[in-house]
Formats: sequence, C-alpha cells, structure tokens
Amino acid sequence: MFDFVSFIPRAVVQGIPLLYGSTGETLTEKSGNLNLGIPGVMYVGGISGVIGAFLYEQSCGSPANMNGFLAVGIPLCASLFGSLLMGLLYCLLTVTLRANQNVTGLALTTFGVGFGNFFGGSLIKLTGSEVPSITLSATSAYFSRSLPFAGKLGWFGKIFLSYGFLAYLAIFLALISAYVLRRTRTGLHLRAVGENPNTADAAGINVNRYKYRATCLGSMIAGLGGLYYVMDYACGIWSNDAFGDRGWLAIALVIFTVWRPNVSIFASILFGGLYILYLFIPTGMNLAVKELYKMLPYLVTLVVLVITSMRNKRENQPPAALGLAYFREER
Amino acid sequence: MNNHNGPLFHISKRKNLLWYQAWAIRGAAILLALIVCAAVTTLLTGENPLSVYATIFRGAFGTTRKVWILLQNMSILLCISLAVTPAFRMRFWNIGAEGQVLVGSLATAACMICLGDKLPNWALILTMIACSILAGAIWGLIPAFFKAKWNTNETLFTLMMNYVATQLVAYFVIIWEVPKGAGKIGIINQNSMAGWLPQIGGQKYLLNVLVVAVVTVLVYIYLNYTKHGYEISVVGESERTARYVGIKVGRVILRTMALSGALCGLAGLLLVGGTDHTVTTTIAGGRGFTAVMVSWLAKFDPLVMIFTTFLLVFLDRGAGEISTVFGFNQSFADILTGIILFFIIGSEFFIRYKLSFRKKANKEE
Amino acid sequence: MEPKTPVVQMRNITKTFGSVVANEGVWLDIYKGEILALLGENGSGKTTLMNMLSGIYFPDEGQIFINGEEVVIRSPKDAFDHGIGMIHQHFKLVDVLTAAENIVLGLKEPGRLDLAAVSKRIRALCDAYGFDVDPDQKIYDMSVSQKQTVEIIKVLYRGADILILDEPTAVLTPQETEKLFTVLRNMRDDGKAIVIITHKMNEVEALSDRVAVLRHGHFIGDMPTAETDAHEMTNMLVGHPVELSIERPDPVDPKPRIEVKNLTVRSIDGILKLEDVSFTANSGEILGIAGISGSGQKELLEAIAGLQPVESGSICYVNDAGQREELLGKDPLSIAELGVALSFVPEDRLGMGLVGNMDISANMMLRSFRRGKSLFLNRKAPQKLAEQVVSELEVSTPGVTTPVRRLSGGNVQKVLVGREIASAPTVLLTAYAVRGLDINSSYTIYDLINKQKMNGVAVIYVGEDLDVLLELSDRILVLCGGKVSGIVEGRGVKKRDVGMMMTRLGGASEDE
Repeated sequence: MFDFVSFIPRAVVQGIPLLYGSTGETLTEKSGNLNLGIPGVMYVGGISGVIGAFLYEQSCGSPANMNGFLAVGIPLCASLFGSLLMGLLYCLLTVTLRANQNVTGLALTTFGVGFGNFFGGSLIKLTGSEVPSITLSATSAYFSRSLPFAGKLGWFGKIFLSYGFLAYLAIFLALISAYVLRRTRTGLHLRAVGENPNTADAAGINVNRYKYRATCLGSMIAGLGGLYYVMDYACGIWSNDAFGDRGWLAIALVIFTVWRPNVSIFASILFGGLYILYLFIPTGMNLAVKELYKMLPYLVTLVVLVITSMRNKRENQPPAALGLAYFREER
Repeated sequence: MNNHNGPLFHISKRKNLLWYQAWAIRGAAILLALIVCAAVTTLLTGENPLSVYATIFRGAFGTTRKVWILLQNMSILLCISLAVTPAFRMRFWNIGAEGQVLVGSLATAACMICLGDKLPNWALILTMIACSILAGAIWGLIPAFFKAKWNTNETLFTLMMNYVATQLVAYFVIIWEVPKGAGKIGIINQNSMAGWLPQIGGQKYLLNVLVVAVVTVLVYIYLNYTKHGYEISVVGESERTARYVGIKVGRVILRTMALSGALCGLAGLLLVGGTDHTVTTTIAGGRGFTAVMVSWLAKFDPLVMIFTTFLLVFLDRGAGEISTVFGFNQSFADILTGIILFFIIGSEFFIRYKLSFRKKANKEE
Repeated sequence: MEPKTPVVQMRNITKTFGSVVANEGVWLDIYKGEILALLGENGSGKTTLMNMLSGIYFPDEGQIFINGEEVVIRSPKDAFDHGIGMIHQHFKLVDVLTAAENIVLGLKEPGRLDLAAVSKRIRALCDAYGFDVDPDQKIYDMSVSQKQTVEIIKVLYRGADILILDEPTAVLTPQETEKLFTVLRNMRDDGKAIVIITHKMNEVEALSDRVAVLRHGHFIGDMPTAETDAHEMTNMLVGHPVELSIERPDPVDPKPRIEVKNLTVRSIDGILKLEDVSFTANSGEILGIAGISGSGQKELLEAIAGLQPVESGSICYVNDAGQREELLGKDPLSIAELGVALSFVPEDRLGMGLVGNMDISANMMLRSFRRGKSLFLNRKAPQKLAEQVVSELEVSTPGVTTPVRRLSGGNVQKVLVGREIASAPTVLLTAYAVRGLDINSSYTIYDLINKQKMNGVAVIYVGEDLDVLLELSDRILVLCGGKVSGIVEGRGVKKRDVGMMMTRLGGASEDE
C-alpha cells in the first residue's frame, strides 16, 4: 500500500517553499507586476539567511554559546532584507523607470541566482570544506524545531505537527493574504491597481505606492521560501544550484491557483507531492523512468493552464493590467 | 521620483529621439555599468580597476583559442536570440527557447547514437539536420497551438515546456549512459566520429560561426522584407487589425513558432553535432533566457543583436577570467551580467521619457 | 440677482503634451447652483482642462482657486478633498469588481471594509435620486447607462459639490438623456456646481445656465445661455460661420447590392447580439444605421465583413450582372477572393483599421500586400498610394514615413478612409466615421462618402449623431436591442420618431 504517513510530510516540506513563492508572487501580480525574478529573489532570500547565520555561528564559536532568539532572528532579518532589496530593484526598474517587466524579471533571476551561487561558493571556500556545500546545522536546529509532543501523537503528529515554525508561518501568511485581498480596503485597492491602474488613480489611489509595497512585500515573502528551503528542508546545508527550479514552479502555482493564496496551500502541497512522487513509486531498477515522473508537476500545470484558458471564466483571468507599466499622462 | 509629487518633476514622452542620441544614452549606461562592475570587482578582490578591465579583456581576447571560444559562444547565443525574435515581434513571449534547444540537441544525439553505424556519414548528417529542426519546431508548435486555439498564456506554457524537455533529456541520458551508471552519455561516436559536423579549415568552431552568420542575414531579410515578416509585425501590433485585413492569425502564430522552434533546434544541432558531441540536461546553459534579453536589448533587430550578443558574451568570458584568476566560481559572471542589464534596462526610460523641472507660475520654460 | 462668487477660479492655465498645446492661458469661473456647459470642438482642450481640475493632469502653468483660496491639485484624491468629482467619458470602473466595490474604491473611511453597509448607503442614494442600480452586480454585467449611473453615484457618495461630466449623453438614448438631465437639474437646485462638457448645441440650450467656449486650447468667452443661440455659439466654436447642412445628392441608379436575410448573431458568451435582421443595401445609396450604442451595429458590420461568426441567416452579395454570392461563413480573405470589393472603415481605427506603430505607407499595404506571387513585399506601390492619399485628402503629417499613431484623430481617419476607398470598392461599410473628429474633418469625410455614393457604391453608414444621420442617409435602418425596429426614408423623417424607434423594443435589451 502507498505509504501516506511518510509521503504527506515530505510533500508538505517540498510544498512550503513553493507556497511562500506563490503567495509572494500572487501579491505582486495582483498589483499588475509580473515578477519573473522570483526564482532569483528566492535564491537571494536563501543566501542572505545563510550569510546571516554563518556570521552569527562564526561569532559564537560553538553552538553552545548561541542564543535561540538571535539564531532565528538574524538569518530571518538578513533574508527579509536581502529579498526586500531585490523587490526594490525590480520596482525601481519597472515602476519608476517603466521598464519591460519580462526582461527585468529575467535579468533579476540571472542576477539573483548568480548572487546566491557566488556568495555560496565564497562561503564554502572560506570554510575550506571538502564537499561543495556549507552546513549550518546549529542554526537549522532552531529553525526545524517542531512541537515537543508531536512525536507522541503517532500518524497525526507526523502529518500535522512535525514541521518547523516557518512552515506554519507560510500557511498563516497565505491565509492572511487571501483575507486581505478579498475582504479589506487595502486588498480592494490593490486589486483595482492590478486590474485597471487608470481607474485606481482616478479614484485617488496612489498606484505606484501600491505597486511598490505589494511587490516588495511579495518579494520578502518569496524570499522566506528560500530561507525555509535551506534552514529547514535542507537541514542548514547550502549547496549551489540545489534550490533548482522551485522558483519557476512557484510562478506556475500562481496560475494553477488562479491567483488565490488560500487555494495555494493545498496546491503547493500537491505540487510538492508530485515533485517527490517518483521516490514513492516502485520502479525497480529502472532509474530512467524516475526522470519521467519528475515531469509530473510541469505536465499538471500545463493541463491546468490549458483547461482554464478553455473555460475562459471572467473570475479566473489574470489581473487585466498584468505586465503593463503605468504612466498617467499617457496620451 | 514619480509625478505624484507634482510640481517638482514633470515626466513626459519624448518626441523623436534621433537614433544616435538613443545609442549615446545606451552607451553611457553601458559605460556607467562597466564602472560599477569594476568597482564591485575591486571591492571583492582588492585589484585596481584598470587591471580588472585588463583581465576582462584578456579573458575575452587573450589568446586565439579564447577568441574562437568567444565567437563560438556568440554564435550559439545569437542563433537562439534570432530564434526567439520572430515570436517576440509577434508579441508571443516565447521563453521556452531553452527547451526547444534541448529537444533539438536530443534529436541530434538520438540520430548519432541510433543511426551512427547504419547510415553513411552524409546521410546521417542530413537526417540529424532534419530531425533536430523538426524536433525544435514541434516543441515550438505545441504552445503555439494552444495559444492559437484557446489563447493559452504562452509565457507560462513555454516555461513549463522547458522542464518537460529537461526531464526528457534526463530520461534518455540514463537510457544511453556510457558506461552504465555513469549518469552521462560521454562523447558520442568518439572513434568513428559519425555524425560530427565537418570542420572547415581545421577550425572546430568556424562552421557554427558561418552558419549563424548566414542565419542572421536570412532572419533579417525574412522579418523586414517578406510578406511573412510583415504579417508577423501586423499580428504583433494588433490581432484585430490582422483579422480585419484577412490575415489568418492562428496560422501565422503556428508558422512563426515553428520557425522559432526550428531555429532553436538548429542551435541544438550546432551544439551537439558541431562542438560538444554529447548531450546533457544543461547543454543550453540558460541561453534560452539570456536570448530573451539579447533580443529585447536589440529592439528585436537581428543586426543589432550581433552587438548585444557580443556585449553579453564578452562580459561572461571576461568575468569568467576574473573568477579563474581570483578563485571565484563562474557565477561572478552572472552578477556582472545582471548589473549591466539593470543599467541598460533602466536607461531605456531616459530614451523614451523626458524629465523636466517645473517652473512655478512664470511664463515660459 | 446678486453677484455670485465663483466656487472655482482657473487662472491662466497652460498645459502642453510634447509639442501639442492643449490649453494656453485659460481663465474659467464655475459657480454654485449653476450648470455650466463647456463647449468646444474635439481637440479644443475641454477634457484636458477639466482633467486638471480633477487631478488627472497637472498644469504646466497657472493657478486654481477654490472658494477664493489657491489650491494645488496633484491627484484625483486632492480633487475629492476639494469636493470635485468628475465623470469621465471612458468610465473609470474596474470590470471585475461590483458596483459597491467600485464606489468605495479609493475612499479612506475609518474602520474595516463593510460592503453590506456600503450597499445600504448606495440604496439610500438610489432612492433619493431614482437611480436603478444593484450595488452587488459586477460591472461587466452592466449596460452602459447603468455604468454611468454607478459613476454618478460614486461622485455623490463622496459628497462632491462640484460635478464635472464629460460628454455624458454620447452613449445614452434620448429618454435616458432626459432622465439624466432631470437628475442634474435636481442637483443644481441642491446648490451643486455642475460642468457638462459637450459639443451638442441642443443639450447646451436644454440644460445649461451658462456656456463657456474653448477653441484650440484657448478660452474664447462665456455668456448666459439665455442670451445666446446655436448660431452664435457655432460661430464662437469654429471661429468663422459655417454651413451646417450636409449635402445629400439623389441616389444613383439604386440596385440591390447586399441582401441580408434573417441574420442572427450571438457573442462568445452566448448573448444575442442580432436577431432576425433583414434588409437590403442598394448601390449608389447611403443606408444609415441608427441605434443607441451596443445595439448590434458593430456585429452587423463585422458579420458582413466576414469578421463575426454568425448563428443563422444569409448575407448575399449581388454583382452588377445580378449574380449572387453568399458571404456567410467566409473570412475577409475569401470574400476578397470572390471578387467582392468590400471596404470597411471600422470604429476602432488604431486597434483594428490601422497599425499605430507602422508608418503611413506600411499601413497602405495592409489590404494589398498579398498581391503577386513573390515572397517579398512590394513597398513602392503603397508608398505611392500613401503620397497620393496624403496630398489628395490633405493629411497633415511630416511625411509618409511618420507612424500613424503620431497623427491626430482626423488625420488618422483620413488615412484609413483613403486606403479603403483606394481599392475601388463596390460596398463601403463605415462605423462612426466622424467620431472624435472636428467639424472640418467631419465634412471632408461626408464629402468622401457622398463621392463614393455617386460612384455607385453601396454605402452602409453607422452613426451616433442622429442629426447627421438624418441629413446624410437616403434610408435609415434603426436597430434596437439587436432587432430591426424599422427602416425609414432619410428625407422627411422626424428626429423624434427615429429616437422613439431606437428604444421601441425596449424590452429586448433586458434579455441580456
């Protein structure tokens, strides 16, 4: 029988980085910015956290001297700060300077992935490690600490309670985002900016401010996905390119969930599951077939993409002004 | 910075900027970016900026071999950029060049492996050409079909197709791996050299350079002087206009994406048959994405693309040299490329818009 | 009557866009309890001037005083804060939101968003003024007049006491217009200041207390409406006296050219756009199509041109020899291949008829570029044609290599009509051919259309200005909610009767 009790927690930990990424990108896209730089932002979020943790661990000398609050707080702040800068850069170029969003996003991804791998490589060299990776297990222990009684509750504890705090934060942020978007004044204004900036402007909404705030906040949330990946999922081990294509999957998720962060909670876990399904399907010695199973998340996204475009429902369309720069005196 | 703060700044669209003024602005941006790049490098290495430039230059042009590598890298990147350009002119945001190159490479390798000892070499090469181009074209046609039929978002579709292609290659790499368990194919037909594209004048890379040079001219002519090229522009500007004058939009989308994919397939052929003689999941090396930027920076003009390709490859090679000299990893090049791109992307604003300061309540400016 | 103090004073306002001067040194006063009609040709700077009052644009020079105090209006929010609300010609509504959401958009009321309470307040406003709007309905489900109502409620909800309406009647039926006027008069009597931008003399006379005229961005003058008449205003408007009448030569040898029978068209969403439409368009005759906007005019023309999928019916082309060709189910290309010379001047010039970013000669070959077997384009012939059109129709442009989007509306239209006529059509379809054009350009277009009629072309002319339709057309087909509510002779018919026919099948529009 298929082993759900061990499959679901693994799907969840795979899904959490995607959930962060897609929640961040959804907020960004609701403001009309299509940020294809999210993969880069997530790299920067991850490496900034690693740098922060690395410096703190170095300054403490031994894990025994580490303060739990600082061990979590420093990488968290470093990560948020790093991805905030990426968001600001994107906004400066696309909102203030009205550059093409696709090109800016791709450039941001090139830069961000390069930034992550460069500093990752530099840190690895600094530690003089034998393997091409850097291990921050002390910091990671703080991040991945789960509720003490989770282990005692059998399958229930394993499926629902066995994760580090960042996993719950991801779900919390997704729920909050969904609530803000649907029920609050800020959310209403943000949706208006993404749908029709001219109208929003005429209604007295500061379009550029909303775009800046949503995009920067979105970047910071997405950056946390990078942090979660290194500190919790990968047990504090950074190795270059290990984060892989999760950033793109996060963007795919936004569409998959038709711009709804609350749907994304389940969708990201589903994607996480598809991502690792090949590990759970017995294929015997045939390693090649496993590679085909890894296609699944992409194929499923393609199918959803095609189905939503065929159904063509008004509510399921992307924000109408997605990808377009706004200039008031356009004439 | 924005016009909400009203009275201080005023941003307006520029009238006609002469082409050399526009290029002067872009040139200034590149210059500024190079200064920033040198500053960053100096900060990290302690080397003086001038010798940083010297290192970059040496990395690109230092030896004949390096010049050839530069040309080879340029030709592949240019080929992929040319491939995506017709689609972009049609406002079809094909960011799936990566995958299209991969399937082209895969098809080439498949021919070399499966038919290497069954066909005479000339027939094998012809088959390789046909298969790689066909494979790329099909990979391009799939998203085009859904776009034409249901207006499915092509940016995401092509993006996903990249990863499907990657896994497809990964699958075949394991099927064909030599030796078993190595996880890679290795040089195909190392002894027989079957399916290796011929070398011209003993230069390994010359054939690729020449092929891409010809393709550049052909794409330029195709886009600017043929009826197909005109149709692409009309569809790109306005689908409704295209329908109104009786252009079959769906057919143009399919045709153009087939062309886009075919050229990517050709790039795959040049990579596998011409230089690498093997296939890996990373053979395209992110060029599919870089090509988007090359094409956009050149304003979708194939001739200007030669220059933008050169700029990016030059920087990549130069930064690579810096990495080697100072013991960084290759990612340093990505950081420098990113910086240059940000400056050029930002400079477009000053080409399209004019900043003027408002004088209050007085007569003329 | 005691001298009133103006609530708004605009002083020496200047605004330029690139090299185009939209307003120069304009002075304007607005009073409470008064309806001011701001009159001017298209492109005279009326909308730009009011946009500076509502915070969309910021003046290059000049001052604005509200209640005697100088103010700086940098954004629409600033405008609201001063009690100024504008109802734009193109509605500023977000389609996927509900009416209530649109109405509270941008408001910074304290507390959390309570849409139920908002809906309640909106219903109260509706009751007070007699509006008919469901606050929870999505905008994309609404008719044009409902959307306008939402716009007006939006401004009232904000407690504005200076209301600006930009050509509010352009999209309304005569009956809806009358209803709107009643509401506006009520608001005036409430002490609100109302500005209505228009170029329709009859509306100025029917509604306004005072009229102010702009010409080429300059303020020409203002006066109480009661002390002037249409003739004087027209003179102020155009600068010199003009002949208001349009020529209408007799039809030339009319023979059936296009026969439409039982045409039914549904939109993609399944909404009935045309229902059982039958008529015949004759050669050498102008068939005018009247109807409030969205009554199926667009679908009708596009169906004939082969751009609109049709549910049932037939569209037959009859050539000079009397042979009939079915056009239904054919695309524009196959229609042209049948030898049917059909020209179509669509409503959306830059979005459909022309390519804005291409130059004039590249636009000339849109129709003809396929000719010949060569793979390559022939650029010489279209360039010649472009030069010919530019000189014959007096298109003002730096040259034929200028991108079309840089031209003014009238010149864009001349280029489009010039190209469509150049192919020597036997059928000419035009949709809103003079929309956005000034009087001189409009007359150029009427002349061109009349010339085609004299050449024996069957002209189908969709118009929005009833006066023009009545003066230009030989016969008028009136559409209402996708059905033909009548076909009348253009000569001698009463405007009121046509207006009534436009709404006679009023029930039909509720089917949607």
